[in-house]
Amino acid sequence: MANSLEKLEYKACRDGYGGALLELGKKNKNVVVLCADLEESTRTIDFAKKYPKRFVEVGVAEQNMIGIGAGLALEGKITFCSSFAVFSPGRNWEQIRISVCYNNANVKIVSSHAGLNVGEDGATHQALEDLATMRVIPNMTVIAPCDYLEAKKAVMAAAKYKGPVYIRFGREKTPVITLKNTPFKIGKAQILRQGKDVTIIACGLMVYEALKAAEELATKKISAEVINCHTIKPIDKNTIIRSAKKTKRVVTIEEHEVNGGLGSAVAEVLVQNYPVKMEIIGVPDKFGESGTAKQLLDKYGLNANSIIKSVKKLL
Amino acid sequence: MKKQNIEQLKRTANILRQNVIKMLAKAGSGHSAGSLGMADIFSALYFNILNHNPKKPLWDKRDRLILSCGHIVPIRYAAMAESGYFPVSKLMTLRKLGSPLQGHPSFIDMPALECSSGPLGQGVSVAVGKALAAKMNKQKHFVYCITSDGEHDEGQTWEAVMCAAKYKLDNLIFILDRNMIQIDGFTEDIMPLTHLHEKYLAFKWHVQQIDGNNMQEILTAINKAKKIKGKPKIIIAHTVPGKGVKFMENKWEWHGRAPSLEEAQKALKQLANSM
Repeated sequence: MANSLEKLEYKACRDGYGGALLELGKKNKNVVVLCADLEESTRTIDFAKKYPKRFVEVGVAEQNMIGIGAGLALEGKITFCSSFAVFSPGRNWEQIRISVCYNNANVKIVSSHAGLNVGEDGATHQALEDLATMRVIPNMTVIAPCDYLEAKKAVMAAAKYKGPVYIRFGREKTPVITLKNTPFKIGKAQILRQGKDVTIIACGLMVYEALKAAEELATKKISAEVINCHTIKPIDKNTIIRSAKKTKRVVTIEEHEVNGGLGSAVAEVLVQNYPVKMEIIGVPDKFGESGTAKQLLDKYGLNANSIIKSVKKLL
Repeated sequence: MKKQNIEQLKRTANILRQNVIKMLAKAGSGHSAGSLGMADIFSALYFNILNHNPKKPLWDKRDRLILSCGHIVPIRYAAMAESGYFPVSKLMTLRKLGSPLQGHPSFIDMPALECSSGPLGQGVSVAVGKALAAKMNKQKHFVYCITSDGEHDEGQTWEAVMCAAKYKLDNLIFILDRNMIQIDGFTEDIMPLTHLHEKYLAFKWHVQQIDGNNMQEILTAINKAKKIKGKPKIIIAHTVPGKGVKFMENKWEWHGRAPSLEEAQKALKQLANSM
């Protein structure tokens, strides 16, 4: 990862997705991209322009998008289906359950505008439940990359992986904390910072906040381990258990409801293997609202300060 | 496979009906009316129309058949067994633990089904996806999709219908089982579908309407549909739910019910007498 949290470049995960699609389009003729009237916002537009014959615009019809994606995949295509996370997988959950996951079809559902950072559009457009709803479906892999570079790598890895994958990220440009050569493997969490007093496990945009919190805690002689748990399912049990054994305290943070997401997944692992004191930070069983991304993340406690408070509770 | 002629197809349809009754009675649950009503169409598809090879179910050049209204899968299993995909005796494992003959089509258990289906509206979209794939791959096979009238209550069905027209999928043929019933009653009482013919015309599809229990009409319509270029095709097949078993015919109560052993005996007798 980057040496310092100062002067990081800001880039959007969705641009990483768009870039990966262009690479994939060139590499593999079987890659087909579907979009539900959001090609600009989801950054599928460049693929659409370059490979129009392998781009399917279904209109505002997310259920149909998934079915068509599955049909194409069952005929040997690798399909990427994109929309906003509130709509896909928000409104086509059962299509994903049967047409994609029960068939074990090679469909990748890649959704932008997940989380509170959607901002001004308000609660209707802020997906805070998607990690939970995707995590419970058999055969599904769930990934929330932490930055532009990781989003790109996650998409490339998903294309190689045979089976259903869900990838979610936000709209905003966010700090690029990983490097080009930072390894990425589906299901393998990364320890970004070693520590011994507490483990902070984060995904998506919150990984940056976790690193900031760890830096701040270090000034107070608290040594925090930071884990980037980009794959929520299958979750990296070994890395989580090993770290919990070392630090005996775990804080999780995600741009998602506290119910059913990363925190829940980590808790399921720890409770059954190595119970430790734990704090789960996320949106507390609430809808979002309009505001700037920064205002919302602060209001709902999705920042380094919250992490520091939670860490202190556990110490 | 050698194509059967009309008389043979009618006879096969009767055998399929008898097997459906036996399977459902043995299973103790399942959908009788639609399975019986569609027996003639399944006979026509498996023994005359489809380009398929039961010994090589995933042969690349096969026509694809999607059963979107997956609840009538007993008739498909019966047709598959009769044409050699698996032994007829296996039909008696329908809905039993460990059987690939799941209550609704399961792709993982039986890849020859092309996809899992049953939750209405989903198979139609998958069929559109498969037809699109065939166009992208420049393959020549047809994609057939069996859909039902009740399935047209689902918004997803219409999303798929629009999309098929947009992409001019003339390799896609829908056969709509217009049997006028669904679980809770008659379709026109539950949610009036009225003028399906005109609706599909408005969506820029080629539309035919037939008596779905008339073998000649079935063959003529499908063969005609295959020749139409530049748009997706639908055959609205008016069928009699429960066809062949007098006490089930046109009774919506038989949509989601299986016959008891006694009722099955009675039904089999009627079917045997009409051979």
